[in-house]
Order: sequence, then structure tokens, then C-alpha cells
Amino acid sequence: MGLQAYLTLAAVVFCIGLFGVITRRNTIGILLGIELMLNSVNINLVAFARFSGDVTGMVFTIFTICITVAEAALGLAIVILLFRVRRTVTADHLDLLKG
Amino acid sequence: MMADAGTLTLAALLLHALAFLLLAVAAPLRRLGRPAAYVSILCAAGSLAAAVQAWRSEAISRLVWEWLPAQGQTLATVGVLADADSTIMLTLVALVALLVQVYSLGYLSDEPAPGLGRYYTYQSLFAFSMMGLVLAPNFVQLFICWELVGLCSYLLIGYWYQRPAAARAAVKAFWVTKAGDVGLLIGIVLLWRQSGTFDLTELRVLVENGTLPTAGLSVITFCIYLGAVGKSAQFPLHVWLPDAMEGPTPVSALIHAATMVTAGVYLLLRTSWLFALTPDVLLIVAWIGAFTALLAAVLACVQDDIKRVLAYSTVSQLGYMMTAIGAGFAGVGFFHLLTHGLFKALLFLGAGAVIHAVGSNNLSEMGQLARRMPQTAIVFVVGTLSLAGIPLFAGFLSKEEILGAVWEGGLIGPFVLLMIVAFLTAFYMFRAVFLAFFGTAAAAATHASPPHDAGHDVTHVPHDPPASMALPLWILAALSMAVGIYFTFAHPAPAFTSPAWLMPSAVGVAVAGILLAWLTYQRRLIDPASFTTAFAPVYRAALARFWLDDLFERGFGAATLGFSRLIGWVDRYLVDGVLNALSAWTLTAGDDMRTMQSGRAQDYVYGVAVGLLVLLLWARWVLA
Repeated sequence: MGLQAYLTLAAVVFCIGLFGVITRRNTIGILLGIELMLNSVNINLVAFARFSGDVTGMVFTIFTICITVAEAALGLAIVILLFRVRRTVTADHLDLLKG
Repeated sequence: MMADAGTLTLAALLLHALAFLLLAVAAPLRRLGRPAAYVSILCAAGSLAAAVQAWRSEAISRLVWEWLPAQGQTLATVGVLADADSTIMLTLVALVALLVQVYSLGYLSDEPAPGLGRYYTYQSLFAFSMMGLVLAPNFVQLFICWELVGLCSYLLIGYWYQRPAAARAAVKAFWVTKAGDVGLLIGIVLLWRQSGTFDLTELRVLVENGTLPTAGLSVITFCIYLGAVGKSAQFPLHVWLPDAMEGPTPVSALIHAATMVTAGVYLLLRTSWLFALTPDVLLIVAWIGAFTALLAAVLACVQDDIKRVLAYSTVSQLGYMMTAIGAGFAGVGFFHLLTHGLFKALLFLGAGAVIHAVGSNNLSEMGQLARRMPQTAIVFVVGTLSLAGIPLFAGFLSKEEILGAVWEGGLIGPFVLLMIVAFLTAFYMFRAVFLAFFGTAAAAATHASPPHDAGHDVTHVPHDPPASMALPLWILAALSMAVGIYFTFAHPAPAFTSPAWLMPSAVGVAVAGILLAWLTYQRRLIDPASFTTAFAPVYRAALARFWLDDLFERGFGAATLGFSRLIGWVDRYLVDGVLNALSAWTLTAGDDMRTMQSGRAQDYVYGVAVGLLVLLLWARWVLA
């Protein structure tokens, strides 16, 4: 399999993630979508690293995964706090920015 | 060694400028009051000496400096043009300015020192501007000085600016003369377009060579005449001059009798060669002059305020001068201007002495003053006889020459008007003399009326003025007599022959006027009330100043209000309307676009994603 296949996979995963972020009502679901989008990027990085014979991309991926863990923890913490304050985690109800 | 006439006139001019600058810049000196006055008087004396020297030298001299260069040629110059007319006028201005400044020392002795300093600053500025006007070699300098004397007139009429009447009169004088000045400015510019020069000498050469195109010249001369109408208080713009009497009396003597108001006559004299090309305008000048003379003479008959009698008499005499110019004899009008400058300054200063002593302007509060102030009575009567045109006095020959000139010019109508005016002049002036100095003592002498003019205590007995006021009076009286006697005997050959019956009839008319005044106000053989019943309509009209002031006020008020309403409408509905529409559109547009902001984070992400996609497609298909 060539680079093309990996990139296609990453694109598909990214689109699935984006679709999830845009359409899910539940905030947890949105966070999951974001994870998917991040991981599609990771696939890209690893694929490029693998095909160009340079480990930099892989090192980057390790970093990204670490930061993603922190981000997921932070995101979930925010969701829990949000639930305590608003008694809801449905994204449609969180519209304080409405003009 | 005699200096050049031009240099001398320049010195006379600049001495007053020096005094003005000194007083204007050195504020501590100005606030001292009397020392400031001495500085100003000293400069005025030097100026008079220089002016007399220039006049005696009888040389024609022209000193000009380039002022406004334009495209390789000179657009305007500044400088002096000293010839026979300008130097004698300069001497008159310098003389009256000096005497008035000396007189003011006594007249304004009760003024606070800073006020006095301010007064002398204005006086110096006025004398400088007036001399600049008299000596102007071109129309630009003439117009600038013309406006400057108008400004000084405004400042000095409003000298007692705390008084509403004075402030109002100052503004009125400024506005009314400004109406004429606009005409003058238009005339000057039109003349420049026609001839390409502002210079009086060059213009005269053009006129004498016949190279000045005469098409439309009538409009130009009429516009220039409009300036003279405003400044020299001709009908219908004469309304400002009587009100200008709110200023201190010495100011009235200098500005509103002897010098500034005659600037219009002087302007027409300076440009008489131009006016000679437009006889139709000259005819207007003559008729308006004669009509003004009659109107003002009638108004003077009903005034109770002694200064207003003199003010209307000034308007009337200016009408005389204008009629002579209109008849084509500008020199004759100028001659009357000079003699009138002497004796009218004398009359005003005499009236100032009376007002200073009595503490009131009203004739009804005077009476039998000849016993209390004999010196003032003598000089005032000398001035009155001069104005009435009695032989041996200054006004006699000049007035008779004007009548002769108007007759010679074939203007029968104005001639008849002027004869009536001669009668009225003698009548109203002697009415004032008998009421103030003779007749019965006014009950009002003890009547505690508030001091009107000089801010003087009225409880004391009226007496002759102090030396600083008496001296100018005697000098002017002596000059009026001397000029009168000189010209009565050394009759210069006039440019025309007046009919033999003219002089006796002119004198006869004046004597008849005096007699009528004597019978009415001294002997009381004729009841003054019988006049008011006999001429009831005229009397009522004259009391209302022929409704001209009301007409102007209403007309001006209505025009201003109407124009303001129009402008207000444009501002409210056109200017503001555009702005209001724009802001309303902005508001509704914002209100409509607001709904795009749903507040849901997912919508924004969606927007970002679509935007990114569009950008990518654009980069792929359009940029590549």
C-alpha cells in the first residue's frame, strides 16, 4: 500500500470526526469527534514519516498523543463543570453567544 | 530744508500708526490713561505739523511700494499720493484729530484710566486709517482703510459698551455702512476687470486717453457710489448716523461730522473723472443728495437731543456736498466738505461742552446757558452762523457755491430742495441755539435727571469748560471766522458764473430761517405748537423718523428670519435627513444580520469548515 491509501484513510477519519463535531448534540460526542480529527492528523504524520524515512513525524505524533490526553481530560472536566452549572450538556442549549 | 511732500504725508500717517502701536502693545502705558493720552496727542501734533508742511509745499508726489505682485506685474501697491486735494484733506484730518484729542482730555476727565487709554488707542488708529484713506494711491489701500475707519467708528461709538443703546448703535452703524461697503468692493473689482489696474493715477490716465471701455461703466460707478451712500449717510442708509451719537461727543465731532462721514464725498471727488463718464449716475447722486438734505433737515427740526440735531444737520450737509458732486462740480462739494469739517467739529465740541456742563443731551433741559457759559455760547453761535451760511462765516461761500453749481448744472429740482434746506438749516440750528443758550431757563435745570452723556454730576451750576476743552473750541471758532472772512473778501474765481440773484436770495433764505426761529423760540410770538398742527402729518412722520428705521428693522428681521428658516429646513430635512437615513439603514441591517449569530458552537465550526473548503477550492481551481 502506498502513501495515498494512508492519506485517504486520514481524510476519511477527519471528515467523520468533523461530521461528528458538527452534528452531535451531546458535548461528549463532540469531544469524541475532535479526538477523531486529531488522530487523523496523527495518521498523516506517521504516514509521511514512514514514507520519507524521517522519524521527526513520529516524534511529533508521540507529543500529539500526550497533549490529546491532557486535552481530553480538560475537555471532560469542562463538560462535568458545565453539567453542574447548567444541568445539561446538550450543545443546542449552550447558546450564550447568541446575538 | 523742505522735505518732499510725499515723505511729509508719510510721516503724518506713520506718526499716528506709531502712537497706535505704542499704546496697543505697551499695555501698562495704555492703562495709565493720561500719559497714554499725552503720547497720542504728541504724535497727533507732530502729524499736524507734517501735514501742514505737505500742504504748504503744494507739490504733487507719489510714493508707492509694491505689495501684491502677481504674474510679473504688480496687483496692488501701498503708499501715499500727495496732491492738492489729499494734502488739504490730510491737514483737516490732522487738525480736527489733534483738537479732538486735546478736547477729550477735559471731556473724559472722569473716565477710569484704562478706559481713557483704550479711547486714545482707538483715536490713534482712527487717525491713521483716515489718513491712509485720504492718501491712498489705489483702490485696494483705499478700501482697506475705508473698512478700518468703519471699524474705529464701531469701536468708538460703542466706547461705553456697558450701555445697551451704545452697543446697539455701534452694531447698527457697522451693519448699515457694511451694506454700502459691499457695493464699493464689487465696484472696485468690476473696475479692475474692466481696466486691469487698481491704481488711481493709472486709471486717470486711461480715462483721459479715452482707452477705458465705457460699456457697463455706469454699474461700476453706481457700485462705488453705494459705498459713499453708506459711509456718507445718504438716503436710505443714513439711519446709522443719528444713532451713532451714543458715542462720546468728541468722537461724534471727529468721526461723524468732520472726517469719516465725509470719506464718501472724498471718494467721489477722488474719482470724479470716472464719474464724469457716467452722467446718469451723477444725476442719481444729485437727486439722492438733495433728497437726503431735505429729509434730514426736516428730521433735525423735531429733535430734542442737541447731538441728534447736529447729526441730522451733518446728514443734511453731506447731502449738499453730494448734490454739488452730482451737478458735476466735485471741487465745490469738496470745498464745502472742508469748511463743514471746521464748523461742524466746532458745533459738536460746543455741544459737548454744554452736555458736559448740564449733564443732559436734551434741549428741553437747557436754557439761558449764555449767562452761565458765555464762551461756549459765543463759539457755538459762530458755528451756527457758519452752518446757516451767513456772510463772513465759513459756510457762507461754500454753501452759496454749491447752490450756484447746482443751478449751473441745470438741476432745478435739487436746487429748489436745497433752497428749502438752507431755510430749514438756519431755522433748526437757531432753534437749538435759542433753546439752549437763550430763551427761558429750563425748569429741568434743577430737575435731577440721571446724567446722560459725560457721567457728570448735575447738581452743580453749569459753567464754561476747562482750558483743554475751551482751547480747541476757540481755535476752531477762529478758523471758521478766518476762513469765512478770507473767502468773503478774496473770492476765488469759481469754475462757473452763478446768477446775480443767487447770493442775496441764499442769504435772505437763511436770515428768514433765523428770524422765524427767533420769533418762535426767543420772543415766543409764534407758538411752536402751531407748526406741529400746521404740518401735523409731516411732524408725526418726522417723529417716527419717517418709519425708515422700523422698515429696515422689520425688513432686515423678516429677511434674516426667512433666510434662517430656509437654512434651518435644509439642515433639518436635507442634511440631517441623509444622516438619519444612513443610520437607520445601518441599524436595520445590523438587526437583520444579528440572527446569523446563533450562539451554538457547532454552527461556528460548520461555518469555519465550509469557509475552509471554499478557500481550498478557490486555491485549487482559481489560483492554480
